[in-house]
Amino acid sequence: MVREDDYEKRREHLKNMSEEELIDYFWQLTEKIVNPLYELSYTHTSPSIERSVLLRMGFSSIEAKKLVKHLIDNSLLGHGAGRIVLLYSELKKKNYIEAGKELADGIGWDEILDYYRRNKDVESE
Amino acid sequence: MLNPNEKINIREILKDLDKYKPKRYGWTFRKKLPKHKIGICEYYEVSDMLKNSIPLPASRQMDYIDPQPDITITVEIASGRFEDDIRRMRMAAWHGADHIMVIRTLGQSHFDGLIEGTPEGVGGIPITRKQIRATRKALDLIEEEVGREINLHSYVSGIAGPEIAVLFAEEGVNGAHQDPQYNILYRNINPIRSFVDAGVSKKIMSAFNMIQIDGAHNANATAKYGFKVMPELLVQHAINSLFSIKVGMKKDYIALSTVPPDASPFPSLRLDIPYANILRKVFKGFRFRAQMNTKYVESCTREATVNHALNALISRLTSADIQSTITPDEGRNVPWHYNSIHAINTAKQTLIAADGIKNVLKIRDDEEEKKREREILERAILFLEEIIEVGGYFNALEKGFFVDSGFYPERVGDGIKRPHDKGDEANTVVKREKDYLAPVCHHFGYNNLPKGLNKPCDLIDGCTFCKREKIVYIDELDPEDNVDVRLKHNEIYDKEGMFKPEVQWKNDGIILVSMFLPISKEKAPYAAIEIGKKLGLLNVEVIHQQVLHPAEGSYIEIKGEVPFFIKESEIKVPEKIVPLKDEEIVEEIKRRGGIKCVAATLGEDEHNVGLKEIIDIKHGGLEKWGFQVTYLGTSVPPEKVINAAIEVGANVVLASTTVTHGNVHKLNLKKLNDVAIEKGVREKLIIIGGGTQLSQDTYKEVGIDGTFGRGTKGIEVASFIIRKLREKDKK
Repeated sequence: MVREDDYEKRREHLKNMSEEELIDYFWQLTEKIVNPLYELSYTHTSPSIERSVLLRMGFSSIEAKKLVKHLIDNSLLGHGAGRIVLLYSELKKKNYIEAGKELADGIGWDEILDYYRRNKDVESE
Repeated sequence: MLNPNEKINIREILKDLDKYKPKRYGWTFRKKLPKHKIGICEYYEVSDMLKNSIPLPASRQMDYIDPQPDITITVEIASGRFEDDIRRMRMAAWHGADHIMVIRTLGQSHFDGLIEGTPEGVGGIPITRKQIRATRKALDLIEEEVGREINLHSYVSGIAGPEIAVLFAEEGVNGAHQDPQYNILYRNINPIRSFVDAGVSKKIMSAFNMIQIDGAHNANATAKYGFKVMPELLVQHAINSLFSIKVGMKKDYIALSTVPPDASPFPSLRLDIPYANILRKVFKGFRFRAQMNTKYVESCTREATVNHALNALISRLTSADIQSTITPDEGRNVPWHYNSIHAINTAKQTLIAADGIKNVLKIRDDEEEKKREREILERAILFLEEIIEVGGYFNALEKGFFVDSGFYPERVGDGIKRPHDKGDEANTVVKREKDYLAPVCHHFGYNNLPKGLNKPCDLIDGCTFCKREKIVYIDELDPEDNVDVRLKHNEIYDKEGMFKPEVQWKNDGIILVSMFLPISKEKAPYAAIEIGKKLGLLNVEVIHQQVLHPAEGSYIEIKGEVPFFIKESEIKVPEKIVPLKDEEIVEEIKRRGGIKCVAATLGEDEHNVGLKEIIDIKHGGLEKWGFQVTYLGTSVPPEKVINAAIEVGANVVLASTTVTHGNVHKLNLKKLNDVAIEKGVREKLIIIGGGTQLSQDTYKEVGIDGTFGRGTKGIEVASFIIRKLREKDKK
């Protein structure tokens, strides 16, 4: 977009505000812009976020990368890597690190998918 | 513990890294001290002095004081080899840097996951656990050596932001750049992905009290004219700052990265001060990281240094918590060791020079000044209104609202357009399901944790934030590209005590040669390369040309590589003569019934500061031990000096000479000798020359008895005189 400087015309409604009022108004507007961004961030996740969870759980960066790739390939990212690892560890009655390593190596994904098929209404939104 | 007389041992740093735990977490600001005296002056805005430091050169005349400003000083270090960077960090700390910003290697933003090991970087370091841990370990030692906390800093950005935030939290990194707008605008990473990741990254950073620096200053670097981007800068700062607060960051740990947008020959101070002022009013309570201008850095290091000093002056006239520095060679090559130090000193020198400046100088707050400030704010408000009008941030981004060269609401149409469904890692974000679970601490966003837990990580018996032993440390993945291979390469030379000059990497061999070439500007650079080659340099490049006159010639700087090594053990240093004891000198003077000297600056030379230091009692000069000195004044011809010596019956002639053009300093000293011979008094006199451009050996060339150079003390001259007299007695 190309536009001449029409500042004088546009500022009519700001002209009579004090500096303090302007600053307040500046932040109110910012809030309106930021609120939906915050909401988006609060309710969504990403491959990097899930790898960051796996790192905090004690997996290596290499394991985290492989595991998240499987999560994406199986459309399970939205449940969270932590949820899937703990679920598999419960299903297999295995310590969660061992369970996670199996998942990273591509083992056990059918069982997870099967679990979600059986519990579709309960677990998913 | 480091020994100030020994090099830092990188092998020692790399030992047992798998077990290393950082000494502390979180950011440390300098503590401002109440008004107090350092040396003979009072200071208003300083922090604690360092245990070990190197003061500014001029401090030689001020008892070597090294006051430290109350503002944190940043240095950016980015050579691509962390093992060499560590040595530079140590040098930087000694000059007053306590915020070490590690630039990442080219392309790490687009790397999907963490990098491991210690591969070499391009224009920065591949940020890995090993590299960060080794650097933090070295800084833990260096901060003990200098006696002040040193903050380590890098970037929580790119498409692996949250993972890097975890890594930084675990490894005690103290601050980071984090701004999703930077990802989007300058790295073309998908906008939605950038904001979704940012929530998690920021939450982790805030849990560990890392300081956050935003990315708004980049809009300045990319805009056509600096000052036109001011309204947008306010908008970018606001979006990132408010988003951070909502995620849970404390204002105290959110630093706005602000650059005085302009430089001379714009009337930059008048343009930039109102901006700096309104920014601080709108963002009251936040921190300010004042960055030096990069947009207008050309290849002239002098020009950059002046701009950067003025930038730091604005920091003092307004306010700053962190003063970041840009090396003066940023416009010509990757920062060199000594230019990093120059940059730190530019900041320290300016901040100390302007200490307490607000007590004598205030920014006017009259109507005219307010009008200027208000206009910037109003334009920013109009910008925000239009973002809302078009349906919010992502729509505005898509329409190219940001980094347009126009002074908003003016639009030139060259803004960066970033559609919400395009860019690197587009369509990788998913909605969290109802059963979404992350059993770890400090996780941001929806999390379906069972009720009744003390901590989220109770579910896994502790996350890495709570149980450090759970961190998986990977040493190296690449057998060729790693620090061990690089160190081994140089250890062959180390063992032999061989070295080359260096600017960034050990034994890189690079030196700078400066010259004036009295030929046309077109030919000058090619001639300079020819000269470099004839000097035996390899890979010669012109890095700066300044035309002094289109016909008369150019000033040129070239860099080139020295092809040979030097053996340290073969370097001969003239023996340092041990001065005599005070009592011994006093006794000898008494025994001889006094020693008379005449002193003058020679020829057409008015520089008498050095000479006065050698003779005056108040500077610890010759008079202190009882020498009788007749000071003849400045610019005294050699004949007159000798005549005066004969007249007062002096044993000693002290001649100072600073001006050197046409070798006049040596010629005058020679003349002094000749006149003394002519007049038949040479044998009776001890003739001593002094001056900044003289060496311990210059006397041999000119026929006098001794010469003294820069930094000579009265005691050295006194001892020399006594010893010479004893020699004469023996003869």
